[in-house]
Amino acid sequence: MPKRTDIKKILIIGSGPIIIGQACEFDYSGTQACKALKEEGYSVVLINSNPATIMTDPEFADRTYIEPITVEVLEKIIDRERPDALLPTLGGQTGLNVAIQLAEAGILERYGVEMIGANAEAIRKAEDRQLFKETMLSIGLSLPFSGVAHTLMEARAAADRIGFPVVIRPAFTLGGTGGGIAYNWEELDRIAEAGLGLSMASEVLIEESVEGWKEFELEVMRDRKDNAVIVCSIENFDPMGIHTGDSITVAPTQTLTDRELQAMRNDAIAVIRAIGVETGGSNIQFAVDPKTGRRVIIEMNPRVSRSSALASKATGFPIAKIAAKLAVGYTLDELPNDITQKTPACFEPTLDYCVVKIPRWAFEKFPGADTTLTVQMKSVGEVMAIGRTFKEALQKGIRSLEIGRYGLGADGKDQPLEPQELKRKLRVPNAERLFAIRQGILAGMPTEELQQLTRIDPWFLEEIRQIVELEQELASEDDVGQADAALLFKAKQFGFSDRQLSFLWGKSEGEIRKHRIGLGIRPLFYLVDTCAAEFESYTPYYYSTYEQPAVGLSVHSPFDSAGHPEPFGKLRAGSVEGERPAQGERPKRIMILGGGPNRIGQGIEFDYCCVHAVFALREAGYQTIMVNSNPETVSTDYDTADRLYFEPLTLEDVLNIVDEERPDGVILQLGGQTPLNLALSLEKEGVPIIGTSPVAIDRAEDRKKFSELIDELSLRQPPNGTAMAVEEALKIARTIGFPVLVRPSYVLGGRAMEIVYDEESLRGYMARAVGVSPKRPILVDKFLEDAIEVDVDLIADGKSAVIGGILEHVEQAGVHSGDAAMVLPPHTLPKPVLDEIRRASRRLAQALNVLGLMNIQFAVKENRVYVLEVNPRASRTIPFVSKAIHVPLAKLAAKVMTGTSLAQLGFTKEVELLFTSVKESVFPFSRFFGVDIILGPEMKSTGEVMGIDVSFGLAYAKSQIAAYQRLPLGGTVFVSVKDADKPFIPPIARRLVELGFKLVSTRGTAEVLRKQGIPVDEVMKIHEGRPHVLDFLRDSRVDLIINTPAGKATKEDETKIRSMAVARGIPCVTTIQGARAIATGIGSLLKEGLSVCSLQEWHEKVPLRVKSEK
Amino acid sequence: MKAILALEDGTVFRGEAFGAPGEVAGEVIFNTSMTGYQEILTDPSYRGQIVVMTYPLIGNYGVNRADVESAKPQAEGFVVRALSPIASNWRHEETLEGWLKAQGTPAIQGIDTRALTILLRVKGALKGVLSTMDLDEKRAVEKARNSPGLIGRDLVKEVTCKEIHPWPESPASKRFKVVAIDCGMKHNIPRMLTQAGCQVLVAPATVSVKQILDLKPDSLFLSNGPGDPEGMPYLVSTVRECVGTLPIFGICLGHQILGLALGGKTYKLKFGHHGANHPVLDVRTGRVEITAQNHGFSVDPASIPSGDVEMTHLNLNDKTCEGMRHKKDPVFSVQYHPEASPGPHDAHHHFQRFMKMMETGKPV
Repeated sequence: MPKRTDIKKILIIGSGPIIIGQACEFDYSGTQACKALKEEGYSVVLINSNPATIMTDPEFADRTYIEPITVEVLEKIIDRERPDALLPTLGGQTGLNVAIQLAEAGILERYGVEMIGANAEAIRKAEDRQLFKETMLSIGLSLPFSGVAHTLMEARAAADRIGFPVVIRPAFTLGGTGGGIAYNWEELDRIAEAGLGLSMASEVLIEESVEGWKEFELEVMRDRKDNAVIVCSIENFDPMGIHTGDSITVAPTQTLTDRELQAMRNDAIAVIRAIGVETGGSNIQFAVDPKTGRRVIIEMNPRVSRSSALASKATGFPIAKIAAKLAVGYTLDELPNDITQKTPACFEPTLDYCVVKIPRWAFEKFPGADTTLTVQMKSVGEVMAIGRTFKEALQKGIRSLEIGRYGLGADGKDQPLEPQELKRKLRVPNAERLFAIRQGILAGMPTEELQQLTRIDPWFLEEIRQIVELEQELASEDDVGQADAALLFKAKQFGFSDRQLSFLWGKSEGEIRKHRIGLGIRPLFYLVDTCAAEFESYTPYYYSTYEQPAVGLSVHSPFDSAGHPEPFGKLRAGSVEGERPAQGERPKRIMILGGGPNRIGQGIEFDYCCVHAVFALREAGYQTIMVNSNPETVSTDYDTADRLYFEPLTLEDVLNIVDEERPDGVILQLGGQTPLNLALSLEKEGVPIIGTSPVAIDRAEDRKKFSELIDELSLRQPPNGTAMAVEEALKIARTIGFPVLVRPSYVLGGRAMEIVYDEESLRGYMARAVGVSPKRPILVDKFLEDAIEVDVDLIADGKSAVIGGILEHVEQAGVHSGDAAMVLPPHTLPKPVLDEIRRASRRLAQALNVLGLMNIQFAVKENRVYVLEVNPRASRTIPFVSKAIHVPLAKLAAKVMTGTSLAQLGFTKEVELLFTSVKESVFPFSRFFGVDIILGPEMKSTGEVMGIDVSFGLAYAKSQIAAYQRLPLGGTVFVSVKDADKPFIPPIARRLVELGFKLVSTRGTAEVLRKQGIPVDEVMKIHEGRPHVLDFLRDSRVDLIINTPAGKATKEDETKIRSMAVARGIPCVTTIQGARAIATGIGSLLKEGLSVCSLQEWHEKVPLRVKSEK
Repeated sequence: MKAILALEDGTVFRGEAFGAPGEVAGEVIFNTSMTGYQEILTDPSYRGQIVVMTYPLIGNYGVNRADVESAKPQAEGFVVRALSPIASNWRHEETLEGWLKAQGTPAIQGIDTRALTILLRVKGALKGVLSTMDLDEKRAVEKARNSPGLIGRDLVKEVTCKEIHPWPESPASKRFKVVAIDCGMKHNIPRMLTQAGCQVLVAPATVSVKQILDLKPDSLFLSNGPGDPEGMPYLVSTVRECVGTLPIFGICLGHQILGLALGGKTYKLKFGHHGANHPVLDVRTGRVEITAQNHGFSVDPASIPSGDVEMTHLNLNDKTCEGMRHKKDPVFSVQYHPEASPGPHDAHHHFQRFMKMMETGKPV
């Protein structure tokens, strides 16, 4: 069946900001889909509020709307664009939910828009728990016993019928938001009530607990001719009861016989047919009772999901791309398998390696959050590792996480646990359970006991036991010199890193490396080829492994594409499969190191920059090599770079690749802090780093050297000092005066950064800070209260530096730049201040001899400009700025690094902007119940959105709506601010009253407002009696909360207020500047209404400043 | 204990022995199924072959009594990257290692099975020797070179049954009576025939036409089996006589035998089809099924002289013939395994097709 010609224009909905449960995997899938549809000649209209995505680059769609993803906005877009079809299955749960809302509101029908891929009925059947259950029963599948509840009473009745423990799952939510397991009535009430509130349909499912069962997932694809294939099977290492996003998962399945796997496959295909997903991919989850094999279906996602991204990377089968092509009418047999070229996409990939995915959590960012892993997802990112065995992949995965571990133990980092504590850590799922299993084995626990405690399948536990036993064997060797090659080789096959061996053998990592290479023990690079080597593969997508060479095989013999294996050579150490001898001159190779797993502070923005570098360098005729470990990203798509290495970003792994590829240049400054941390070590090994030199990087990152630089340039910085110990820190603080900002050097995302107001707190901080960043000192800066913070992104070519954008923070200095809302161009700063910022920026770029991108943070207090920090690398705001100014800064940076000047690139002047862009951050507070939502120097946001409009007010309003704040246009505002903010609140309050809002305050704030003649109702504080402020909030009588945090005295009250706001989804502003902005935003919205405009149209208003690119 | 796998081209892989001690020779082929090692090992079609699993982790779920395709392992030897020391599955009764040891099948682990697979892909299936006894590499290569290989060899006689007998789980009360010629028939075939509504009488490959007709069957079934179809002219001529007399359904070797009986030719594939992910197009419906396959020879449909035979199924990977039918007589066959085991169940419907052919007595 050829593609459809009756549709011409297709609307794609993106997934919006990165949140827990919905990360950059949807940029990966959306980008693939946009590319695939444009390739087929369709006109693509895209909506996504997330500027940090590749898919929202103007060239990926014909019309790109960076607008809030709401029904109202989508209706406006549909009205303007009149698309023929809507593809709802690539934008995660966000895309699916809003598509359903559009269908239910009759908008799709009114405008004649057809839903392709999955229609509204199929989506409803999959998402509505009751309909899903009925559908599954109708095809004879079994489910856990369950009941649907719309009220707490119904929830209780269902639990009574099923018996505890029960699982509570809200309908239509993402990543299990609001779900949980209840073991008693009290827990049931608590979880069910929260779940009912969070569910779009006020519906929860009460379900028989299958906690502890084995969990499996199948990725199914189906086409219009009803051909169906299973792309990938996944077995969860962690049993049921832990969200699959928080589980270690393994592909393919390990412990199912073929009979069981095929029965599951039959079920999965029956499910996709019964639900009615006409074309595309679905993820189907099963639970299996480990004692009896009873199999129940858990859920079905009628869309591309996080698991499909993982499955695509794990198998080499591009699910999203194929799904997009199937949606427009192609069938699986008509589409080629890109990797083999000669075989069709209608097949089931077969693996000859093992894939392990490990989640990455960020609990350190949320002190007080419950760190137990449950059915509600809490991780912020993930890594994938590939090895020939589970053991190898697991250890590679652990070192990919960048949590300071280089494998499973063997690093002296696990403190021995008391038996009781150890058992608790094994029984209660948590982020460190893997390491607890190792400890359990070391403590002599038999596999049966470990299995009883963890309910993890014995096969996995046994594999870990083998790793631990080898570790002990390795540790018993006194000296690396004596350890024989066979043992060392075995260690490498088991995934041990040189770093672990260096710990075990008391040598440096470099010595181990030298010794190992001396013995000829080097990794092979094997292909991910979808077919286990049955067919020749044309896609250089590699993973490293260690294999015993056959006798008689010469270096290239099995890989010679000509088919004439050579006679015997000797040891085949270090070789890259499929590598053909160069013919003529080899194109220059540039290697780009990616950012590793998503975490708070380092996410999709850096992947965006890496991908742009690939595009730019390809354009310039280089061969590009990408190294990364994050399966969610566009950078790890096999058709992004010319060569892809899916590997951990550690010194050892990177050097191994460098040894094979011998790149002409390596780019470190685009992948965030991860590659930057390797800068000095790589340079020492002679790796040709291009861009700003590691010495300059060190000068900017080392606080002491940086301070000297600022003085040298006669720039201003807050008084500061560097402390190695408590007394030193106190001395500095006394000299410069409290409050002070304290932090370790070389960190990202404000990790462990705090504002400290007194000596006692400083002592406390220093005590806690030990171990945060060993060998590196603590920085103590004078904290500038009520200053305005400014970010500058610039690009320099060694001769000149051009400013990309100056971004003014909405919130006061002290709120991490990753969390603050930002405005481009600045909306309050006067021109002389901006000019001073420009001058200072250029001088810094010159002094550091920046080659590529640099980000500088300034604070402006009383019109005086202070330099806070310089990051000689791509910053989080590069994609945002690039989109606002219509200049692809990361692309330019890559070209600059290879020697092209800014003049040659045509970017010589800062862009003058005729409209305003606002970046707002999105927070995961609803996942970490009870954690206070106030903003500070430690970054907590997971993602960002962009609002573009003609005025600050409108752009800010859009950014708030896009960040899922229900921006009220009327109703009641609860205002309660700290004393320091009281002088500033009346004008804001008056503005809100003028806009028609009713105000409610607690006593102090109310008095201030009344004095100014502003009408306000008073409500009691919690300790003053009832009904108090919480009662008020609980009844949802409030539409907006303005609550700025004060000192410790009232903290408890405030925390409760803010937690309640999160639970009830009431927008809550915690800074006075935010309050001012939101009042302006609401005012603009009421006056002018919301209109939409595509990025391409905005850009027509900004003449492109860069020579057009081919 | 050490073991080696030596190939006729001189390549030697050194690894660890498991299973039974011994020395075996055979054609070395690779199978790309990620599950189903027990079914693969017990499939009589692997007689004369040493099987390499491309999936590296084997033995994880152990072995059980229910998942066998014949009474014992049939492959000459078994080659894996990493054997699981334990078995984990609620149905497992034994570890793979223990079972192979008890059944007398030698095996090797710890070798680079991907390098081996690429070698076989590039050079084609190679003769090899797997030994845990004699680790002299030069000698092993010599033995591999001198081993008989598969061409022209009748391996069916080693695996076929001795005499005609009813399939034990197949009652006489069924609607149709089928004589199934056992060339090394996988157990799941008579099981599925029974389920579809047949009483199955199993006959040795040397059965005569008269013996068949004396049983008054409704149809004839030709099973899978090992080796070269040209190695068994006796069966080809039996089948030739039955065409037009009885409805015939053939699977795998049965399909090849039928191809020869209809006057066509078969040829050896470079490294064969051994796996569970082969896409097969039904050229009449345009639908694709994902199939289990295990064959080293293929029918050349163009070689069949009569215009009465048409190709019905096509392998989408290499465009080889995967199924054919007679346009006038009730005769059809498939090269792949509708009984799966191991592999996807997409092609189960061929058993229904067979029923329909018997009901109508017409080509399907």
